[in-house]
Amino acid sequence: MDPECSRLLPALCAVLADPRQPVADDTCLEKLLDWFKTVTETESSLQLLQDHPCLVELLSHVLKPQDVSPRVLSFALRLAGAFAAQEDCFQYLQQGDLLLGLFGEAGALGWSAWSIPSVRSGWIQGLCALAHHPSALHFLADSGAVDTVFSLQGDPSLFVASAASQLLVYILALSMQGRDAGSPIPEVAAWPVCAQKIVSHVQESLHSTAAPQVTQALNVLTTTFGRCRSPWMEVLWGQLSPLVASLLKRDPIPAAHSLVDLLLSVARSPVLSSAACGPWEILAQTLHRLSPTQAGPLALGTLKLQRCPQELRTQAFGILLQPLACILKATAQAPGPPGLLDGTAGGSMTVDTLLSSKSACVGLLCQTLAHLEELQTLPQCPSPWPQEPLLDAAVIILRLCDGSADPSSSGAGRLCGTLAGCIRVQRAALDFLGTLSQGMSPQESMLQVFAILLKNLESPESSPTVLKKAFQATLRWLQSSVKTSGCSDLSPDALLFLGELFPVLQKRLCSPCWEVRDSALEFLTHLSQHWGGQADFREELQSSEVPMLACQLLQDPESYVRASAVAATGQLFSRGLQATPTSSENLQAQQGLLMDLMYILSTDSEGFPRRAVLQVFTQWLRDGHADVARDTEWFVTTVLQAVSRDLDWEVRVQGLELVQVFLTQTLGRFRPRCPYAVTLPEATSPTPHPEFLRTLCRLPLFEFVFRALFDCDRPVAQKACDLLLFLRDETAPSSGPQETRDGPNSASVEVALQRWQEGEQGQPLGDLEPEAMLALLRSLDLEGLQGKLAKSSDHIEKSPQSLLQDMLATVGMLEENEADCY
Amino acid sequence: MKLYCLSGHPTLPCNVLKFKSTTIMLDCGLDMTSTLNFLPLPLVQSPRLSNLPGWSLKDGSVFLDKELKECSGHVFVDSVPEFCLPETELIDLSTVDVILISNYHCMMALPYITEHTGFTGTVYATEPTVQIGRLLMEELVNFIERVPKAQSASLWKNKDVQRLLPSPLKDAVEVTTWRRCYTMQEVNSALSKIQLVGYSQKIELFGAVQVTPLSSGYALGSSNWIIQSHYEKVSYVSGSSLLTTHPQPMDQASLKNSDVLLLTGLTQIPTANPDGMVGEFCSNLALTVRNGGNVLVPCYPSGVIYDLLECLYQYIDSAGLSSIPFYFISPVANSSLEFSQIFAEWLCHNKQSKVYLPEPPFPHAELIQTNKLKHYPSIHGDFSNDFRQPCVVFTGHPSLRCGDVVHFMELWGKSSLNTVIFTEPDFSYLEALAPYQPLAMKCVYCPIDTRLNFIQVSKLLKEVQPLHVVCPEQYTQPPPAQSHRMDLMIDCQPPAMSYRRAEVLALPFKRRYEKIEIMPEPPPRPTQPTSSKKRKRVSEDVPDCKVLKPLLSGSIPVEQFVQTLEKHGFSDIKVEDTAKGHIVLLQEAETLIQLEEDSTHIICDNDETLRVRLRDLVLKFLQKF
Repeated sequence: MDPECSRLLPALCAVLADPRQPVADDTCLEKLLDWFKTVTETESSLQLLQDHPCLVELLSHVLKPQDVSPRVLSFALRLAGAFAAQEDCFQYLQQGDLLLGLFGEAGALGWSAWSIPSVRSGWIQGLCALAHHPSALHFLADSGAVDTVFSLQGDPSLFVASAASQLLVYILALSMQGRDAGSPIPEVAAWPVCAQKIVSHVQESLHSTAAPQVTQALNVLTTTFGRCRSPWMEVLWGQLSPLVASLLKRDPIPAAHSLVDLLLSVARSPVLSSAACGPWEILAQTLHRLSPTQAGPLALGTLKLQRCPQELRTQAFGILLQPLACILKATAQAPGPPGLLDGTAGGSMTVDTLLSSKSACVGLLCQTLAHLEELQTLPQCPSPWPQEPLLDAAVIILRLCDGSADPSSSGAGRLCGTLAGCIRVQRAALDFLGTLSQGMSPQESMLQVFAILLKNLESPESSPTVLKKAFQATLRWLQSSVKTSGCSDLSPDALLFLGELFPVLQKRLCSPCWEVRDSALEFLTHLSQHWGGQADFREELQSSEVPMLACQLLQDPESYVRASAVAATGQLFSRGLQATPTSSENLQAQQGLLMDLMYILSTDSEGFPRRAVLQVFTQWLRDGHADVARDTEWFVTTVLQAVSRDLDWEVRVQGLELVQVFLTQTLGRFRPRCPYAVTLPEATSPTPHPEFLRTLCRLPLFEFVFRALFDCDRPVAQKACDLLLFLRDETAPSSGPQETRDGPNSASVEVALQRWQEGEQGQPLGDLEPEAMLALLRSLDLEGLQGKLAKSSDHIEKSPQSLLQDMLATVGMLEENEADCY
Repeated sequence: MKLYCLSGHPTLPCNVLKFKSTTIMLDCGLDMTSTLNFLPLPLVQSPRLSNLPGWSLKDGSVFLDKELKECSGHVFVDSVPEFCLPETELIDLSTVDVILISNYHCMMALPYITEHTGFTGTVYATEPTVQIGRLLMEELVNFIERVPKAQSASLWKNKDVQRLLPSPLKDAVEVTTWRRCYTMQEVNSALSKIQLVGYSQKIELFGAVQVTPLSSGYALGSSNWIIQSHYEKVSYVSGSSLLTTHPQPMDQASLKNSDVLLLTGLTQIPTANPDGMVGEFCSNLALTVRNGGNVLVPCYPSGVIYDLLECLYQYIDSAGLSSIPFYFISPVANSSLEFSQIFAEWLCHNKQSKVYLPEPPFPHAELIQTNKLKHYPSIHGDFSNDFRQPCVVFTGHPSLRCGDVVHFMELWGKSSLNTVIFTEPDFSYLEALAPYQPLAMKCVYCPIDTRLNFIQVSKLLKEVQPLHVVCPEQYTQPPPAQSHRMDLMIDCQPPAMSYRRAEVLALPFKRRYEKIEIMPEPPPRPTQPTSSKKRKRVSEDVPDCKVLKPLLSGSIPVEQFVQTLEKHGFSDIKVEDTAKGHIVLLQEAETLIQLEEDSTHIICDNDETLRVRLRDLVLKFLQKF
């Protein structure tokens, strides 16, 4: 601990112990505790206490809780725990019976403040911190704390209850510590007293008829099996698994969610999953017994296991597929290949169970679709994957949702009524459909998918969120159609689909709902990004009014839409897909896209469109777009002039990005292009090409970067610093600070920089000669600046010293205020 | 209590309720779909329409070719359009005491009822209903009268001829009762019989029942009605909406505890969500106009048009359509736009509060001010000077059979750049377009119907919990085109009673109590009823007098009763106590006498003499009065 903190500590302890000076802010106590924890990580706690008797005084003072605020009480309990985590310090505190006073039966439990959850929580956390060595274990056993922890498991405060369960897990693990090595693990009856006590408490809870108690026991076990991998757990599971299995015989099954968590935790544990009494049989039984909604997460968890019997995987997959199989059956779709319907034939699920209520049906379907979606992307994805039936199911669900399904049975009719217009299911089904694009699908299925996607995109009933999902799914299917057709061209089906898609897109671009216009534009950007180079696509797109509409949306009243329109038109423009001129006015408009974007950059009141413009410009510069390449210097100058005035820091960062692209390109131009060219000796040390330097000085580039270096927004300054470092390395790598200040105007520039650093941004930098620029680059301590900027802006405020001072100052201020009152 | 169902159209209802000796007509909607069988009335001479070929029978006979014309395979009557009236034969309409109007669309048959049936009662409606209803009628009369048609076709209505005609003329029902449009004189006379009412105002009808209009949220001044006596309550729900549009929100709470809830006027397009349709409307409008095409919106002069204009007000700037002119053409356009701004108290809260700023409640005022929206009584006159294309035209009639819309259909129909957007749900757009085929212009169907859908109805019914629901038969089954959509019907317990045109329903309604006032003085002798058939109540409804049975009171002491029985020669008597009294068992006679607090039953096996003997013994213990 640094001396300044040591000096401040007594005063702070006095303040904390003084009930007349309440600590207003919980967060400083938390920060203080964090600081003590870091200190005790590196230093001896015992030494700390001995050096600072005020700390022990504070802890002793807390023993008279009537004088202490609950906040400080909770803090002191946790602080004592943190100190007592080291065994010698624990002994030291024990000598004065301080720990017993705080944590024993005569301690905190008797305080009136015990009724406050934060105090109970502090008590548990204190014990948690303390339970790290054998002495602590004895203390816990003797002090009766374990019984209190049992009762706190049912605490009305969820934080306290959960921490109590955690503590039990700690204590159990601590009691069994050191028993793993070599010797075989004895039966539970021969375990240490503390461990036995906890195990029998868990057993009792599992026998209980009250669901909350069963939940508590299951949670303790879940955490235990999840956090350590010791062999004694096998004995524990061997003892408790019959009890867990007996829960399945009850109706309804208590604490089903916790049971699922426990079984998955056991199955994931390498010790237990390979044990003789492995979890597979119980897992199978549980899958069979739970309701479809409860069994879903268990089935998914089972399928995600690295090692699991194949039979169980089949059962779990069958359960996941059940709801979809049920829908296919109800809508009389042809049964799929074995594996989908076969696996579920034994399942008792009928449309009636699925339809028990609208919310249950919607919930189950959304859950199932999300689970299957997750599963498909995993390496553990079941094989064979019933791609076709699943596609059918997704399509039929979407058709049930939009009311276009033609169900033949009454059950399906009711399904249709339940799902009609259900946005949640539509979204889930579209997501799932999108994921299914990864699999191989026969052509008929593809046509079916394109048809349903088009329907969703076109329907006036589709809500904006559904539309967005439909756009995403469409993009994925178009990409997959490229995959299946074998070459990079779109398949004929996809092309036909595109022909129908563009009129829909046209309509969506005119939607009165801005979210719809926005997602349509995003979709257009992606489309042209992927297929902008293909003749068929270009033809379809250019024969539609989509490019023209996208251009018009640059003037949209909604800023997000303007930003998306900027991205879309920028993309179209760079692909040469801009609106086809139909009149002279349009021609002018087309030529003026660069100017339009410049106009947005300098006048738009919102940040999003301006950021989008810079992204487009940077991309254009990178791609060497014709309009930009025609006069790059003019382009960069104009952009930087606009950006330097911008109030949005992200725009300024983006501006620096553009500068970097420009620098790299310009530098490349003055370097030998052919890597195989015989390099001249002077080319090995990269001396800057004079023309390169002149170019840089001609532009307002340095003024922009240097201003950015002293920007009040840290990311801007960091980026500028990185950029200058890059430039310095490229232009004057070997020179050190000693050869500086030789230029005629470098002094005046430095004065200007000094002013800027002090916040006076008004003064211009003035003209720069290449030599002066080089000198300046060398003279600046850029590395130092980079280091400074890398630290967060509050690094000074975050120091412990500042924390202690702040806390003391707040108290002082309170005193002043108090005085004012009188 | 009986319900006479005079209209089969679920959204244009006309029912008569007989309740506690009052006869109340609920709405008088006019089914105008009949006009779809007629040729349009062109405002400007249309060579195309006048040169349509006459229709001839399969055998080649051409006697109908003057009356029926053929256009693209469809046959139309070449005559002044006619309307299908509510049933007039089912009940003597002169006995109707009052007519309650729920909204301006449901009063279009009023002149037929008040002027031609001997009706002498009163009509009740809110002020906006009357004013806008007048506008609708005025527009209709104007549309039809300004294109005089010499010919009136009637030959085709002959039953023997009609069955030879192709569909849909062959299947048209009750064509002989179809009538031409009323005159402005009849409209004025009918409207003069209306008494204005305000929401929640209680109106006493002959001291027998009380009627109250409630806001229904569907249109300016639209109402549902409560009809109640001291112990019974009937709610009439017609054309209601829970969406936030311009009218005052629907009053649901007052509908609670109804014995019968009569439910009509639900949405005609249950699968279309109005929000989605408005989006579709705007997108299609913008696309057409951007391409240099014109947009035609056939519509009524009031109602959804206000919401559409409001929506466009927000949309046109964002869509870059500020320079596109919007025209609203109707003989009543000006009045409609102005009326909407003055009925502040009938508007939703948002719009009401604007009035206090003071600002016009609807933004179309600003559209007019900035010259973006222009209105004209007809295409003749100023409009032809100002007309600029591309443009958007709102005009009637939505059936496309009369009004200025006919002219625009003829004018713009040939170009695929133009679009007609149907927003009114009352007419099938395909049938409406039939006489304009072949048609190059694009057609978009965005029906905007803000009335209750079935999900909202089921929530409403759960909330207000009526004992019985009565509704048109169309609502008790899924729509024929979507027979699997079990969600598109009313689902309630007990199941709703359904009615169809010309049906009389006895409502499942037991009147158990009646409030009477007993005067200490004997009533004056009733005077002889006058010869008038009206005011018949007291005098005519005197029930047949029968000799009244005396009332009994008192209780039967069991012991004394047993003694009496023994005295009269009954032996072997056993008495059992029950929860409610006693059972006296005459074992020999195999007879039971159940004595309870409020009843006594003698159960003997087909022995009437024994029963009478026992009855007389029981009666001895009771007092008569």
